Amino acid sequence: MGNIKLREVSKSFGSTKVIPSIDLDIEDGEFVVFVGPSGCGKSTLLRLIAGLEDVTGGQILIDGKDATGLAPAKRGLSMVFQSYALYPHMSVRGNIAFPLKMAGEDKATIDRKVGEAARVLNLTDYLDRKPRQLSGGQRQRVAIGRAIVREPEAFLFDEPLSNLDAALRVNMRLEISELHQQLKTTMIYVTHDQVEAMTMADKIVVLQAGNIEQVGSPLELYKAPRNRFVAGFIGSPKMNFVEGAEAQKHGAQTIGIRPEHIAISKGEGTWQGTVGVSEHLGSDTFLHVNVDGLGTITARADGEMDVRHGDRVSLTPDSSKIHKFDQNGLAIR
Amino acid sequence: MARAISTRRKLTFTAIGWAVGLLIFFPVLWTILTSFKTELDAISIPPKFLFFDWTLENYVTVQERSNYFRFMMNSIYLSLGSTFVGLLFAIPAAWAMAFSPTPRTKDVLLWMLSTKMLPAVGVLIPIYLVFRDFGLLDSRVGLIGVLFLINLPIMVWMLYTYFKEIPGEILEAARMDGASLSKEITHVLAPMSVPGIASTVLLSVILAWNEAFWTLNLTTSDAAPLTTFIASYSSPQGNFYAKLSAASTLAIAPILILGWFSQKQLVRGLTFGAVK
Amino acid sequence: MATMQTKSAARLMMAPAVIALLLWMVVPLSMTLYFSTLNYNLFNPAQTPFIGFTNYSFFLSDPAFFTAIRNTLTLVAGVLVITVGGGILLALLLDQDFYGVNIVRLLAIAPFFVMPTVAALVWKNMMMNPVYGVIGQFLNFIGVGAIDWFSNAPLTAIIIIVAWQWLPFSTLILLTALQSLSEEQKEAAEMDGAGALSIFWYITLPHMARAITVVILIQTIFLLSIFAEIYVTTSGGPGLQTTNLPYLVYAQALLQFDVGGASAGGIVAVILANIVAFFLIRIIGKNLDA
Repeated sequence: MGNIKLREVSKSFGSTKVIPSIDLDIEDGEFVVFVGPSGCGKSTLLRLIAGLEDVTGGQILIDGKDATGLAPAKRGLSMVFQSYALYPHMSVRGNIAFPLKMAGEDKATIDRKVGEAARVLNLTDYLDRKPRQLSGGQRQRVAIGRAIVREPEAFLFDEPLSNLDAALRVNMRLEISELHQQLKTTMIYVTHDQVEAMTMADKIVVLQAGNIEQVGSPLELYKAPRNRFVAGFIGSPKMNFVEGAEAQKHGAQTIGIRPEHIAISKGEGTWQGTVGVSEHLGSDTFLHVNVDGLGTITARADGEMDVRHGDRVSLTPDSSKIHKFDQNGLAIR
Repeated sequence: MARAISTRRKLTFTAIGWAVGLLIFFPVLWTILTSFKTELDAISIPPKFLFFDWTLENYVTVQERSNYFRFMMNSIYLSLGSTFVGLLFAIPAAWAMAFSPTPRTKDVLLWMLSTKMLPAVGVLIPIYLVFRDFGLLDSRVGLIGVLFLINLPIMVWMLYTYFKEIPGEILEAARMDGASLSKEITHVLAPMSVPGIASTVLLSVILAWNEAFWTLNLTTSDAAPLTTFIASYSSPQGNFYAKLSAASTLAIAPILILGWFSQKQLVRGLTFGAVK
Repeated sequence: MATMQTKSAARLMMAPAVIALLLWMVVPLSMTLYFSTLNYNLFNPAQTPFIGFTNYSFFLSDPAFFTAIRNTLTLVAGVLVITVGGGILLALLLDQDFYGVNIVRLLAIAPFFVMPTVAALVWKNMMMNPVYGVIGQFLNFIGVGAIDWFSNAPLTAIIIIVAWQWLPFSTLILLTALQSLSEEQKEAAEMDGAGALSIFWYITLPHMARAITVVILIQTIFLLSIFAEIYVTTSGGPGLQTTNLPYLVYAQALLQFDVGGASAGGIVAVILANIVAFFLIRIIGKNLDA
């Protein structure tokens, strides 16, 4: 069982408050992603849960038991680090076996568990290699292997994919998701990449400046962001924000409209503008249009749309998909 | 990067380089050669370079007359002993500074370094008197203590610069994996920093072996290392060049070889990382 | 970056080293300071009356003190000039690619590993002896005539010996600095039309500036306390010609048994060294931040 509860958890480094106060419930078996811009406190929060940092205030409950003062190893969690943190002087086998050795397991058990983990992670052929002889993806898998042999209550991932190239990242993303479906263990995953968050999470926790901005499933966050920050952070390309008279028409300080919710035509439309840059991705085309009186608006068109720099186009936002925000940036529902 | 260098240029530098190198090395080379001469050949005019009667008798005499091996054993005891004690103190300290730094860590490091700059004469008298009163004069234990203390700042510094290159995440991983503090150090940190620890040991051994202020002032015979042994040859006793050379060769050979192995680390250790 | 547990563990693990060094520094130094105010002679250790600054005024007004200071500074300056100048040249030479450069490098750094007592004796007898020494014979051979180093130029002789020992150190450090100079920078200068000499003057030398400072400061610290070389060659003589501050203090304490006077001298030496150390510490401290 691996439910984790944070109760008014706060953290300061000296006089800097990194996390003012956080309450959060993570259910057993959930895949939770902490996402936010760098410096938002997401890694700190993970390290607090891991026990690598002391909380300044509040409580951390793991399985209903107070784990606030427990040493990292006693919390039944395992962690995959950003740099993988493999032991360079040990073979892959040695790395995966290390936590078991520290727990004092006997040799037969260690061998069996290491073998099992290696099989699951396709590392069987590499067991006797040193980490430096492995590729980035393989190192990543060793780090995961070291985490799973302990059969933890929950896995903690600290930006585990940020050192991989783009193609490999997509692969590992899938592998981790598959692993989660196999093991059904709670996973907490920290990333600054909202695509990773959207694709992997059961539940996303959006953080900014140490505060939780919103908690919800990927689609909830996409459809109903609670504030301007979440609206701008989730979704790619970013949501367009319009202020002033146009926004007041909708009775809001600011309105937001996602690029994919804007129709483009060469004829009539709500807004008229000149195409600045057009990015042709093949499947989609992203147009950056200088709309008269509004500034640059990004809109998504289908991939084969034939527009060029300087063309006049009209844009029509889907009025049912317009997000409205008040002067505090909070969504008006 | 490297460009084709004209052969003539290269040959010129080869000639100059070897000439200068041999010139600097000459006193050492000459000492080694002389150690194999008879006393008569050693002072012949003009000097004999290679064509003399090679003999080992000087080495035999040196051992017989002044019991070279006893001094060498002392040198080994003192340098290894002080290095070992030094490691026991320096590894934990360097661990703490590298992986759990506080705002004051830098000051502590610099302060340690500053003790190295304390001139030995400033504390000679109290140390001498304390040693006399505690019966530590001419004892190995006492000297190990002194040598360990004068090398400790360098050891901490060297280990600190090596440890700092080890990512903290690895130690945290070990912590998550259930390693206790001592296991974290013995199973993860120490094996990972074998090269750093090895060069620290080398440097400390070299410095202790060659230390010639405290060894000269605090020993007379029982604990006297090779520095004292050689100093005993300073009083003229007739024709003794060959024997002096043999004794000198014996005294410097082990450390010269160690030094050649550790030249790179030496820079790091002796400049406290100020030059990379 | 850590928990209270690791932080307190860290403090605990730092403690032995810190305490050991603290004792090593504070206890003897305060004893020295205390002794320096006493009339304390080892011949009469029962009576050690407090005499204030008398030891200092005696020590500082002793002509031997000024000779020792002058000798100390001459020794330091002489060795620095030779080792820094020679070190730069030698580093430039060893930075070239030639046949056997690695072996030559080993030959050139060898003197650093020779223990001071050996270096001093080998030079005194086998190099500088006017009759049998190699230098004397060479000078006779080319018709200049041998020099009796230790009678006529004892301090110069000691400077040569010490410089020989320290030349490898400055060379090694300057070479390391030299090798960290990016080839691209030199190539850029070359593209800009700089000749070999201008490259050395405008690119290489400024690049080495910090290493040179470090060499000067570190060597100064060690050179201020040269002892063994003097002890085994001249014993400070003839007269006071090669007596430097450490040797003077040593002589005062262990040859004349005047603990009080020697302590005062020791404190003076500490103050001198601290002036140099102050600058060195600042340079190294700056480097720590980088």
